Amino acid sequence: MRSSVVVLTVAFGYLALLFVIAAWGDRRAEQGRSLIGSPTVYALSIAVYCTAWTFYGSVGRAAQYGPSFLLIYLGPTLAMLMAPFVIRKMVRIASAQRITSIADFISARYGKSSSLGALVALIALIGITPYIALQLKAITVSHAVLVNYPQAAELRLADESFWADKSFWVALVLAVFIILFGTRHLDASERHEGMVAAIAFESLVKLVAFLSVGVFTVFVLFNGPAELFARVVAAPELTRLMSLEAVPGGALGWVGMLVLAFLAFLTLPRQFQVLVVENVDERHLKRASWLFPLYLLVINLFVIPIALAGLLLGDVSGDPDSFVLTLPLSAGLEGLPLLVFIGGLSAATGMMIVETIALSTMVSNQLVMPLLLRSRHLHLSTRGELAGWLLRIRRVAILLILLLGYLYHALIGDAYSLVTIGLVSFAAACQFAPALLVGMYWRGANRLGAGVGMSAGFLIWAWTLLIPGFAQSGWLEAGFLDQGPWGLAWLRPYALFGLEGWDIYTHSLLWSLTANLGLLVGISLFTRQSPLEQTQAALFTEAMHPGLVQTTLWQGQTTRGELRALLDRYLGGAATARVFATHPDEAADDSQPAPPGLTARAEQALAGSLGSASARVLIDSVVRGEALNLESILSILDTTSETLEVNRRLEQKSSELAHASEELRAANERLRELDRLKDEFVAMVSHELRTPLTSIRAFAEILRDSDDLPDEKRRHFLDVVVRESQRLSRLIEEILDLARLESGRLTLEPQRLDLVALARHSVDAVHRPQENRGVTLEVEITPETAMVIGDPDRLEQVIINLLDNAGKFAADDDPRVLLRLERYKDHYRLAVEDNGPGIAEDERERVFEKFHQIQRQEGGEARGRPRGSGLGLPISRGIVAHLGGRLWVEQAPRLGGACLVMELPEAPAEKLKAES
Amino acid sequence: MAKVLVVDDEANIVLSLEFLMQQAGFQVDTAEDGESALSRIAESPPDLVLLDISLPGISGFDVLERLRGDPAHARLPIIMLTAHGREVEREKGLALGADDYITKPFSTQALVEKVKTLLAEVS
Repeated sequence: MRSSVVVLTVAFGYLALLFVIAAWGDRRAEQGRSLIGSPTVYALSIAVYCTAWTFYGSVGRAAQYGPSFLLIYLGPTLAMLMAPFVIRKMVRIASAQRITSIADFISARYGKSSSLGALVALIALIGITPYIALQLKAITVSHAVLVNYPQAAELRLADESFWADKSFWVALVLAVFIILFGTRHLDASERHEGMVAAIAFESLVKLVAFLSVGVFTVFVLFNGPAELFARVVAAPELTRLMSLEAVPGGALGWVGMLVLAFLAFLTLPRQFQVLVVENVDERHLKRASWLFPLYLLVINLFVIPIALAGLLLGDVSGDPDSFVLTLPLSAGLEGLPLLVFIGGLSAATGMMIVETIALSTMVSNQLVMPLLLRSRHLHLSTRGELAGWLLRIRRVAILLILLLGYLYHALIGDAYSLVTIGLVSFAAACQFAPALLVGMYWRGANRLGAGVGMSAGFLIWAWTLLIPGFAQSGWLEAGFLDQGPWGLAWLRPYALFGLEGWDIYTHSLLWSLTANLGLLVGISLFTRQSPLEQTQAALFTEAMHPGLVQTTLWQGQTTRGELRALLDRYLGGAATARVFATHPDEAADDSQPAPPGLTARAEQALAGSLGSASARVLIDSVVRGEALNLESILSILDTTSETLEVNRRLEQKSSELAHASEELRAANERLRELDRLKDEFVAMVSHELRTPLTSIRAFAEILRDSDDLPDEKRRHFLDVVVRESQRLSRLIEEILDLARLESGRLTLEPQRLDLVALARHSVDAVHRPQENRGVTLEVEITPETAMVIGDPDRLEQVIINLLDNAGKFAADDDPRVLLRLERYKDHYRLAVEDNGPGIAEDERERVFEKFHQIQRQEGGEARGRPRGSGLGLPISRGIVAHLGGRLWVEQAPRLGGACLVMELPEAPAEKLKAES
Repeated sequence: MAKVLVVDDEANIVLSLEFLMQQAGFQVDTAEDGESALSRIAESPPDLVLLDISLPGISGFDVLERLRGDPAHARLPIIMLTAHGREVEREKGLALGADDYITKPFSTQALVEKVKTLLAEVS
């Protein structure tokens, strides 16, 4: 059933499906309906981080070292959390400069340096080859396990001739597949939408496959996690794995592993490819920054249960790296192992596809093209169509890279476990980190420093990790591992400079990164940058500057025709037409000079295919004159900064102006309102003055004109004239009071006084007139004394006004008024109640408005009660407020009518006053 | 004998107008507010109305408007007698159909003359 034929058919079927998805993705991209324009697809494509190493190796590592494998995933999680600061800037730079790979990125940063680009490409090639070997090994081993189970899948690579070795054929088949896959386009641009779509799909496949094994293991082989862990606890040698102490190298190992994974996540060529080069929209980072860590969490969920289950079941499961396969196989299943195999295949192929494409781009753009362009014999500049060349170079590169991977696999063989090989590659990729990260933030970092630092880091890496691998495989005399070369103990690869007791990765990372970073910084501080390098450094470090134009502007001149011919040769007609379409000019023919923007655009387009260094060389060959140098770029930057600053100030000024005019408008509005209120006040005052005046004049005229008036009537009329005159004077007095109160010119003479005495005095003053009108006036004063600060005359005026009002509004039958004085906290409250109809809730504040008169249902005057001016309460409130108190209306608690309450703060003790 | 209705909420002003009109030989009726003025007019229609504007309840303008809206009183002579001295108020009163608009304080002689003239015009 599990015949090789079935397995191979399924595997090829899967690869064909991938190819279809990729083709579909490319088709959609051409139609402008991109499949990958979604942050979810972007996040899934980043999950190419999880290779066969994750798929098989995590379980292997967990079986050996417990939960330490998680560090490999915490590093990237950390990096994604920092995406808004670091990755976003990388993406911004890469898209502006049409960066094709990490080698191109570093080369572009350090003045589009061909040599630096070549160095990165070379290190990547050497450093990543083991990683590719690892994937080949995983595919071959998993295939062998699947087909041979329950017999052990022994692989004796070195003993067989290569054509009998399945990994050789796997490498070959994949090379063909990747060539079809990644270099289908004539337009060799930096982006591969079809590939990204296929990779995102692969990420789903491996996730589903892994989760299936996990669920099967935990819930079918064991009846849920409870039983599994119960059995683990019963096996003491397994509980050790559950603890955190199993990490090699202890606490330092933890840190080392975390740093390693963090840096490698940013610098591995395939991660840089999906994360930066293939990013179609900077905003996708936002969702990816939590979705990708979530993916990592989910795919690692079952690693420890599977590892523990495999160890518990013992012999049937074989090598820990194969537990995911052997566990379902041991249960006699057919379908699930096949799904797992496909999952592993997808994890391996996903990595190989992206890695190989990224590496082949580097090889063609950073190693081969620059050499070809320099070589005079080839007369490349005079040849015709060159776009095809580029693709052919890449195809050959893909084939060679995979064969190199196979070679490493065959040579090193089983010396290292999956995880070990992976970590060796990680450490190699980390050597790019100083040049990459420092270069993005420190303008001073230069090419020489980057080159020397990276070379030194690489050599230390090779000495401490790569070469020991060869030695352990028996290809080198292993003696130098223990004694050092030529007996020099301080050069021992695993204990460099006598540093012993560290795990090999942290050890290697410490020395290589220290040398790398130290040389980068040190040399940069003491050597100078070329003008182009200064320009590029400025463009990179200031990438997030809002006003930055992310292109080199050309000052030199070339014709449209020359530019068109150049692009035609390297990019083909269609791509050339697209470039020229960005600068349409009907009138221009090919003899016209190309505008600087078009030249820059052409360089970008070339950079997208050939890398920035080669593009630079090519444009240089047709343009007479210089590109804008650093001074110009910086002055553009400064101008932009200045302009921004001026703009900011202008904006500030104009917003200040807007603010001021708004204030003016509001002030004007207030003035208008005041003016209106004043008019209204004057109208009301004149109305109020006219009323008594009318009576006075009318009766005065009557008295003048009527000689025969009976004495009684004459006296009555004269009496009216006198009373109305008094009313007029009172009114004028009140209006003046009000005016003084409102303008703040009211002169009060505050002094300590006893409110109790004052209240009694006021009651005496109104007692007689009230009694005459039949009003019963009651007094209820609780405190002995009530010392407050106030003007006695003014306060008496207020209290009398309140008593008068209460008398006026008391009930017609048995009118009653009650004055209460009581202490309330540190205040005194003087309340005047009546038993009248009371004041409606919504009227209570309005009684304090000027000239507001409470309408009485039954006319008050007819009952001999004087009319008020409508100014008494506003004045009273003004006076009380001046003395720091309050005056308000409420429902009378005792008599049921209106109740006016005056509240004044208690005066400070006399003693205090005397002291001060 | 012609009857004059005095509408005002100031007792002393009512007192003076009552005296003046009686002295001029008219019968006098009084009302303190708009509603009672309207009901007085409905009960026993006067020949002329002296109408204040600021009244408790509905205003003098309201009373005027209602009277002019009623065909029975469309031609009833009405003199606005008010302390509201602003030009806009005067115009409003005349526009609503008042026969005259006299501002307080007023000349008693001029008022009596005006009342006499208006009553003569009607009859």
